[in-house]
Amino acid sequence: MTNRYKAVGLNKQEYDKILEVLGREPNELELNMYGVMWSEHCSYKHSRALFRHFPTSNERVLQGPGENAGIVDIGDNLAVAMKIESHNHPSAIEPYQGAATGVGGIIRDIFAMGARPIALLNSLRFGEIENSDRVKFLLEGVVEGIAGYGNCIGIPTVGGEVYFNQSYRGNPLVNAMCVGLIEHDKIHRGNASGVGNSIMYVGAATGRDGMGGASFASVELTEESEEKRSAVQVGDPFMEKLLLEACLELLETGCVVGIQDLGAAGLTSACCETATRGEGGMEIDVLKIPRREKGMLPVEVMISESQERMLLIVEKGREEEVNRIVEKWGLYSVVIGKVTNDGFLRVMEGDEVAGEMPADSLDSSGAPKYYKDYEMPAYIKEVKNFTSTDVEEPQDYNETLLALLKSPNLASKEWIYRQYDHMVRTSTVVKPGSDAAVMRVRGSKKGIALTTDCNSRLCYLDPREGSKIAVTEAARNIVCSGAKPLAITDGLNFGSPEKPDRFWQFRESILGISEACRELDTPVISGNVSFYNETETYAIHPTPIIGMVGVLEDVEKACTMEFKEDGDVILLLGNTKDEIGGSEYLARIHGLEKGEVPAINFGLEKKLQAFVLEAIEKGLLQSAHDLSEGGLGVALAECGIGRRLGANVSFETNLRKDILLFSESQSRFILSVKKEKLQQIKDMMETVAAPYEIIGEVTGEKLQVTINDSLTIDMAVNQMEETWRGALACIME
Amino acid sequence: MKFGIIVFPGSNCDIDCYHVLKDVLGKDVEYIWHDTEELEDFDCIILPGGFSYGDYLRCGAVAQFSKAMEQVRLHAEKGKLVLGICNGFQILTEAGLLSGALVRNKNLKFICDTVALKVENNNTSFTSRYNVGEVIDIPIAHGEGNYVVDEDTLKKMKENGQVLFTYEENPNGSTFNIAGVCNARKNVLGMMPHPERAGEALLGNTDGIKLFQSIIDYLEGGAKNDK
Repeated sequence: MTNRYKAVGLNKQEYDKILEVLGREPNELELNMYGVMWSEHCSYKHSRALFRHFPTSNERVLQGPGENAGIVDIGDNLAVAMKIESHNHPSAIEPYQGAATGVGGIIRDIFAMGARPIALLNSLRFGEIENSDRVKFLLEGVVEGIAGYGNCIGIPTVGGEVYFNQSYRGNPLVNAMCVGLIEHDKIHRGNASGVGNSIMYVGAATGRDGMGGASFASVELTEESEEKRSAVQVGDPFMEKLLLEACLELLETGCVVGIQDLGAAGLTSACCETATRGEGGMEIDVLKIPRREKGMLPVEVMISESQERMLLIVEKGREEEVNRIVEKWGLYSVVIGKVTNDGFLRVMEGDEVAGEMPADSLDSSGAPKYYKDYEMPAYIKEVKNFTSTDVEEPQDYNETLLALLKSPNLASKEWIYRQYDHMVRTSTVVKPGSDAAVMRVRGSKKGIALTTDCNSRLCYLDPREGSKIAVTEAARNIVCSGAKPLAITDGLNFGSPEKPDRFWQFRESILGISEACRELDTPVISGNVSFYNETETYAIHPTPIIGMVGVLEDVEKACTMEFKEDGDVILLLGNTKDEIGGSEYLARIHGLEKGEVPAINFGLEKKLQAFVLEAIEKGLLQSAHDLSEGGLGVALAECGIGRRLGANVSFETNLRKDILLFSESQSRFILSVKKEKLQQIKDMMETVAAPYEIIGEVTGEKLQVTINDSLTIDMAVNQMEETWRGALACIME
Repeated sequence: MKFGIIVFPGSNCDIDCYHVLKDVLGKDVEYIWHDTEELEDFDCIILPGGFSYGDYLRCGAVAQFSKAMEQVRLHAEKGKLVLGICNGFQILTEAGLLSGALVRNKNLKFICDTVALKVENNNTSFTSRYNVGEVIDIPIAHGEGNYVVDEDTLKKMKENGQVLFTYEENPNGSTFNIAGVCNARKNVLGMMPHPERAGEALLGNTDGIKLFQSIIDYLEGGAKNDK
């Protein structure tokens, strides 16, 4: 009896808080409901206090954090809904279903706002893959799971990123992002408003799958985690497709007052959250909930995370209208309760009260909120002890470049995205493989650009600076596609917040994201925190994944990274410095994760982003590519591979050749320009005093890089392509 | 002239076909719910891509029993046009309106890519705008696009000019590199590649548009399809 709370993942103080709220001992049902709602996954109890640092509004933000998804205005009465969410622990145990249901859950968050989902992205992290059958198995399963769900439901998977690093060997990351389109006046929210209105349940029946998934996600992975397989849900994308179409049709009728996805903590969270946002109370009858299995207890029904279910708050008297539309889609809907204003979430079992709790004590407004201690980890100082002269300069730069192109982190991800239908709905203007995906917005001239970004090695070396770089690089990717960055959704993946060194990483990262988002005027409009990404002995690198959206006023002007034509002039915009700390070059070639991370100067960054955007909008650029992992050398190779075009470039520099080629200095772009437009570009750059160099031209079938009069790289584009394109497929097949 | 697009639960490419016909080509087109008992008004019926009925049991296996498919059979019997794309092709083979069957891709994975197709026969209402031997780039997106058919049937189909499109580089293990086939009467075409995804310069590919234009030519000309 004394340790009842432990069984549901709570501590003594938290249990005492329940006693205080209820003025009595909770029964089993109530205790379990508190257990799931006060888990880290649902309550954000360790992270909430820091969210106040985030900029979350500007004139474009129509819905900030706190709803199913954030919404940002793109003009002409149109808006974009977006959110990213993690499904790390389920994917570590059951990669296919873990990833698939991650996709399913995030799609529901988008259509719960009334938006039509139009694109999916995903950000994946695994241990090093080259010699690990386990990692290959995980990657294969996760990719198949994402493909299985996204392809079937008919939403294109258009972008994302995949990185491999040993810190993820016991705890892979699977973050899924969904983006939807909506008209301003059609936005719906999860409000249980209007006393007496009906609570309706739509979609799949409730089973025993995903029991306590939220709590499972809120502890570290251990040897015993395999036994928690029942905490992983099972997805049915066909059911979700029907639910999606039915819900969007229902929302058109005006009979739906509020709508909420049944996600983590299932009915419990959907009921208390909608009640709190609405009139404050709700009464539901568990006996009315459709069940997949016999003999389910009320507690099982209330905390199950069965997939493909929605909760609707329907105007009293219009329930039949709902039933008709839902039946048309071959689904089932039922009234399970009503909106009240007594402040209680009351769970009935027929005529008996099975549980009764103040609704706002369950959700994040009533959950515990911690200000944890933090302390800079010891490694932070150690890793800074590095200068570039500690490593030897390579002998053969052709070999070095090929070795980098072969790195699974830099190599083409075609093996992955070829399994995703990235074209369905015929709106994908720029397909996976460029800096950002571009989607047209049907019925308008506009387009939106989408990307996810996070260099977690930099976040490990310096969480604050690394997080700034994650936001800034996302923005640079958006700009290179010709779009103006608008807003972000963040997927924050960290170790245990209860350990001061991990919590320091988290806090630093929040501060870094906040600063960058303020500087770039890209507010945080939604997000997700996933803690406890660690095994018994080590934590993952801090991984704040930034999902960003931008808008193109004219989608026809979308720009891509690859060189377009022989004879075009190539420019390098920005300054290259001695900054190989944390670089892919240092890790891959020299086996080191060390050094100061590249510095970021927001003044310069903003100036260059504005210039590139203006140049694209004026139709002056043939291509634009941002420089990131692998630096100048890899970026030049990538620009040439797209259309199999060579380039002849040369540099005069005081830097060592490997530093010039592979430093990851920020705020840099490679642009190509038609000769006749060069003068116009030069004038523009000089007007804003942008640092630039004309480095050469697109020509032939080889990449030739001359540094201080010595031919340093001289390689056929098709050889680079073969290595780059084949690397991942070669590992997997 | 009126096009109809059958919408099954789980159809995904219905809007893409609608868009290309309505917005790109300016034609009259309607969505038709899978329980329809009337297709009299339509000149060409399209069975779109997607995962009808979740592809449960087998791709297309459940959809063939829908009320709409009874009407599609009658429509085809009258010699009117039917175009099945991707899942639509799978439904047509399940329904027996086309020979053969579509099984799992040889590499066992879903493949989304743009592939080169060769036009094998342009003497049909679906392909008249193309030249024989013309190579066109059309997207594919399927897990079960590997076309299988017995040798005798294949021989007959070849002799009768029923193989309309073949892959230049076989992506899925398909027999005789088949990407699209029609029936003996040449009024029912099934193809795995998606011509509706190759209909606009903005999307970087217009090679599919001629397929729809061929159909329009035929319907406007009112010529016999079994020329």
